[in-house]
Amino acid sequence: MSTDTTSPGGSTGDQPRIVMEDVSKKFGKNTVLDGLNFTVARGERVTLIGPSGSGKTTILRLLMTLEDLTGGYIYIDGDPLTYAKRGNRRVKLPNKEVTQIRKRIGMVFQQFNLFPNMTVCENIIEAPVHVLGQSKDEARAKAADLLDQVGLRDKIDAHPTSLSGGQQQRVAIARALAMEPEILLLDEVTSALDPELVGDVLEVLREVARKTDITMLLVTHEMQFAQDVSHRVLMFDEGRVIEEAKPEVMFNNPTHERTKQFLQAVL
Amino acid sequence: MSDFFQAISDYSPYLWEGARVTLALSGGGAVVALVVAVVLGLCAISPVAVLRVGSRVIVEFFRGTSLVVQLFFLFYVFPLFGIDLPGMWCGIVGLGLNYGAYGSEVVRGSLNAVAKVQWESTTALSMSWPLAVRRVIWPQAWGLMLPGLNNLMVMLVKGTAVALLIGLHDLTYWVEVMRKDPEVGLWIAYGAGFLFYYLIALACSSGLRLLERRAQRRLGLAPSKTRTTRATAEAVA
Amino acid sequence: MEFDLEFALETVGPLLMAFLQVTLVVTVAGSVVAALLGLIWAVCQRELPTPVRLPLSWVLDVIRMTPLPLQLLFAVAIFISFDGYRKFPDTDVETIGMILGVAVFAIHYSTYMAESYRAGIDSIRQGQWEAATALSLPRSRVWRAVIIPQALRATLPSLGNWAIAMFKDTPFLLVILVPEMVAKAKQLGGASYQYTEVFTVAGLIFLAASYPTAVLMRKLEKKLVY
Ligand SMILES: Nc1ncnc2c1ncn2[C@@H]1O[C@H](COP(=O)(O)OP(=O)(O)OP(=O)(O)O)[C@@H](O)[C@H]1O
Ligand SMILES: [Mg+2]
Repeated sequence: MSTDTTSPGGSTGDQPRIVMEDVSKKFGKNTVLDGLNFTVARGERVTLIGPSGSGKTTILRLLMTLEDLTGGYIYIDGDPLTYAKRGNRRVKLPNKEVTQIRKRIGMVFQQFNLFPNMTVCENIIEAPVHVLGQSKDEARAKAADLLDQVGLRDKIDAHPTSLSGGQQQRVAIARALAMEPEILLLDEVTSALDPELVGDVLEVLREVARKTDITMLLVTHEMQFAQDVSHRVLMFDEGRVIEEAKPEVMFNNPTHERTKQFLQAVL
Repeated sequence: MSDFFQAISDYSPYLWEGARVTLALSGGGAVVALVVAVVLGLCAISPVAVLRVGSRVIVEFFRGTSLVVQLFFLFYVFPLFGIDLPGMWCGIVGLGLNYGAYGSEVVRGSLNAVAKVQWESTTALSMSWPLAVRRVIWPQAWGLMLPGLNNLMVMLVKGTAVALLIGLHDLTYWVEVMRKDPEVGLWIAYGAGFLFYYLIALACSSGLRLLERRAQRRLGLAPSKTRTTRATAEAVA
Repeated sequence: MEFDLEFALETVGPLLMAFLQVTLVVTVAGSVVAALLGLIWAVCQRELPTPVRLPLSWVLDVIRMTPLPLQLLFAVAIFISFDGYRKFPDTDVETIGMILGVAVFAIHYSTYMAESYRAGIDSIRQGQWEAATALSLPRSRVWRAVIIPQALRATLPSLGNWAIAMFKDTPFLLVILVPEMVAKAKQLGGASYQYTEVFTVAGLIFLAASYPTAVLMRKLEKKLVY
């Protein structure tokens, strides 16, 4: 629970959606993130860029609770996600509470990670039915709508393995959206795809960005896409934010030397 | 606890005798099985069709008919033809043939698992088949087959309990005798029995694991925790 | 020594009868229970906290590494010591022996099947677990809907192979005097010392049942495990 807000669930308009406070992450002795601080506002779409190994994936995985936080705190709508401050102590939250907050977050993976033992429809309705408690019919109707949005209505009963990579990724996006998350995490969702399949997936995401006010945190190497959809770009290096700016500024007039080098290399 | 050690020391001559029988069956059976496994395994990949078919038939025969049936053939049928093996030899030969057939599947699988380019390079060097197998293929397959053979060794140790069915006084027999002694009772007798078999199997398995580590080091492989359950299940089916 | 074909053919009937009534029943019932138990062990070994998991793994190891005949005798001895036979006066000794046999075979082979399940579970990519977490699926649902169906596919042929191995171990029931096929063969042959015939027939029945099944499992393996 939030410690100081009056309205739990965070209906106050100025409460940031995500707060990272002194976040640090070590793998063994390897410090990947060290005292990281940033916030993301409601409905804001933020792109993380930076050289390989700078910790971009790690940040998304920490938010999705796929990694254990070594130090610091993450707040979602003011509620602590995995660890909370109790006086001077840092306490781990019980699984039940973590799950409650995690439901507000969805993620799309680089490798799609569809369940191969389920059809497209079953993949999409699995969590709405068994986590949100929707009826099967209700969930199925919504799945059909979502598949419409991603242009795969006719694949509703197909098996994931019979789909192309691009199609699988669009199903994965539909699956994440079916949970109606407030936050969507996208980690290089097109980098496992053949070049000719990238366009469709990005088009779907542009559409989502245009039509919803879902908060997005994305890692991508598609700079044009990043510029089109995001409100803000954060440049990472060695586990820290070294520069942040609006996309047109970041991509055209970066100030930091490392950013210039990095953008020159990728653009 | 002291009851446990008291019972074991009271029965130590018998347990020792039982352990001797079990160990002799395990050791003898393992030697026969290894020879059978290697011969049949090599035949199975040989370029000579007759050897391949012959080994296939033998292997399927011994895998398909139960160990106990084979043992009874040796023990009850052979004497009718004038071949009267002592019980211990029946056990060793029976276990050796049965587990040898299983083992040959492991040997064959490992020989086949050696990369194809290795075979091709022996051809490129004009090596004969026996030379290629002996100097190039076998040393590589050895490290691969040890985990599977290890599993089979543990099964063979357990299999020695068939001795009971042909009148040998092995560990299982003496445990059952101890159990009937009201001074000892069920839990102590069987506690001792399970412990002894477990220790024997564990010793065999750890010994083979050392060999495996060594073989892998020689091949420059990191000690892997190879999962061989699937191959073992297939070999003993 | 002549092979008495007529006698051999005469024994086929009774031996097949014993095969169907005891051997097959124990194998089928034992395999089904073993497959369920094995799955439970495999899931427990992933889910339980270390202080519980380690003793469990050790017990399973001990069961896997000690002989079936010893375990069968142990089961009967426990049953006797609890006055079992007196508690079920209406049940005949053979039925009780069969039930104990099924229990022991099931527990023994469940430890092997657990290893196969574990290998199957380990072969599932980490991404599947992560996707399930990202969807906030409850743990029980992750197992039931995502992990087990996929693991089963990779494990099924091995389970079949263990069932065949169990089948070939059924003559061990001899030690607890259950009248399965080989016991029957020994009894029929013993009357006139015609062991050649009876054990040949018994062996052929084993071969006829296990070889085709084993071939089927190898086919299944090729098809299911890529
Ligand atoms: N599970 C892990 N165990 C150990 N080290 C890890 C693990 N995951 C990531 N790392 C290390 O953390 C660092 C950051 O990794 P991360 O995947 O977050 O980088 P990234 O910015 O996403 O890079 P890329 O652009 O290549 O995807 C790397 O040095 C990596 O080696
Ligand atoms: Mg990454």
